[in-house]
Amino acid sequence: MGAIGLSHYLLLSAALFAIGAIGVLVRRNVILVLMSLELMFNAANINLIAVSYFRPDLTGQIFSIFTITVAAAEVAIGLGLVIALFRNKDAINVDEFNLLKG
Amino acid sequence: MDQIAFYTISAIILGGGLAMVSSRSLVHSVIWMVVSFVGVGALFITLSAEFVGVVQIMVYAGGIVVLFLFVIMLVNLDEVRRMEYLHRQWLPAVLLICLLIAELGFMMWAGSQDSPLPTPEQLDTTLRGMGGNTETIGMALYTQFILPFEVVSVLLLVAMVGAIYLAKKHI
Repeated sequence: MGAIGLSHYLLLSAALFAIGAIGVLVRRNVILVLMSLELMFNAANINLIAVSYFRPDLTGQIFSIFTITVAAAEVAIGLGLVIALFRNKDAINVDEFNLLKG
Repeated sequence: MDQIAFYTISAIILGGGLAMVSSRSLVHSVIWMVVSFVGVGALFITLSAEFVGVVQIMVYAGGIVVLFLFVIMLVNLDEVRRMEYLHRQWLPAVLLICLLIAELGFMMWAGSQDSPLPTPEQLDTTLRGMGGNTETIGMALYTQFILPFEVVSVLLLVAMVGAIYLAKKHI
């Protein structure tokens, strides 16, 4: 166990991103897909904060605040869509939504 | 000391994420998501980003989780539990993720061959000279980053109106 460098944080963020991507691609439940999307947002935030720490520059932290805001907006819209879809189609599995299929 | 902190927090984050993705019950998934998000917030605080860490815990572990719980209570849980929980495409998806991990690992390895990764410098002392983390972020947000700040507040307003419209009874 050497000193903790930037590569440790990048590896942690890559692992978290991979877990989130697995959740998006593998699970059928659309709410869990949205939650995995949040995990991927968090992985990106870890990268921003770690780089802002290792090259002393505050811009990474400010950008991650914007990322958190956009994630909150995305969750509000996404969950509104889930409610609307559940009301109209009575389903919350991603492979049952085929309204746009020709 | 910071090694112990880093490895403990990493284990919390990754374990929470794995348990979230793999648990069958949606409510359990949300609980594991809270564990993972609190871990990320703690990691931010160890990286001397106290303000972002607290914002992370307040927005994610506070607001977003409550939103998810509301929606989970609105949809029918018993029906969900009986259904198959993996998508048909899970095998190609896992292969794709393995490819993604290999790609990220190769890029990190190739990048570290070119130039050595930077060593930690003291962001803390630089910030303390400027008055502290929160003060500096507030100053930068309201001077240098005033335009993105206003644009993102308009985005939040649009998202709020859109969410209210989408959740109405009859679209």
